[in-house]
Amino acid sequence: MNIPVKHRNVVLTAAIVLLILVSGVFAFQASLIPASRLINPEELVKILQSPKGEKPLMIQVGSHVLYEEAHIPGSEYIGPASREIGVQQLRVRVQPLPRKKFIVIYCGCCPWNHCPNVKPAADALQAMGFTNVKVLYIADNFGADWVSRGYPVAKGE
Amino acid sequence: MAIAIVAGLYFVARHHARPGIGATIAEHPLAPDFSLPQLSGQQLHLSDYRGSVVLLDFWATWCDPCREEIPHFVELQSKYRDQGLQIVGVSMDDSPEPVRDFHQQFKMNYPIVMGNAQTGELYGGVLGLPIAFLIGRDGRIYSKYIGATDIAVFEREITILLRTK
Repeated sequence: MNIPVKHRNVVLTAAIVLLILVSGVFAFQASLIPASRLINPEELVKILQSPKGEKPLMIQVGSHVLYEEAHIPGSEYIGPASREIGVQQLRVRVQPLPRKKFIVIYCGCCPWNHCPNVKPAADALQAMGFTNVKVLYIADNFGADWVSRGYPVAKGE
Repeated sequence: MAIAIVAGLYFVARHHARPGIGATIAEHPLAPDFSLPQLSGQQLHLSDYRGSVVLLDFWATWCDPCREEIPHFVELQSKYRDQGLQIVGVSMDDSPEPVRDFHQQFKMNYPIVMGNAQTGELYGGVLGLPIAFLIGRDGRIYSKYIGATDIAVFEREITILLRTK
């Protein structure tokens, strides 16, 4: 079948635009993070409560208002990683750390598939060469999957 | 402060509870009042809307499900304003700048205030978005919607409350 060059170019351009749009949407989807890079709330609590073993650096990469309301004790607030400024602050924070450092990132602002923050944060750390990064799997939100289960919580700045 | 804590505990205990429009008055707590700055800088007092049916929507610009609900809320506000519906958006964004842009872009026709952790706690902990509360003309909470909710559910329950005087 002979397709005029002009039409072929239009189709090709449309396909490229569609591909860019689709990849842009998926770039934020937490559901694309491999299971091997996830950690469940109960697993994390066990690690935190165990007298032995390395404790992770925990970083909240979501909203400061929600962090103020409730966060994991000892975790640090960095800023929403869905925005470049948040990713930049994350890079600055972890830059001096050894690349084998155990890091846990979490958000919990929205249902997992809608969280715009954890995947960009995880991708940024991977790109920097960190090899022991886990993303806290929060199915619905931090309130339902952490606070309501009675796991340790801190409030304030 | 004590009232805030009691109200907070009450809502945490009822996290997934939906008393429903038909439940008795005793099952519907008074909506905690607050005073928060609007995008214009003016303070908004929730209690000023006593006598209206209020849909109180906790949301943020970075929250996809919240963003999907906004155009429907704009429609509901236009459709039922004359009958006494007032939607109030409580943004849980960290700063007002993205909210201003969003407000213009989506032509939001109801007031937006900048929320904070204290307001979230007052309403039982807003630790995931979106969360909305439907408040009757008597200032009592008749429904709590956790997560993205079908607009038909909002409309059905709003129209029931609008019929009350």
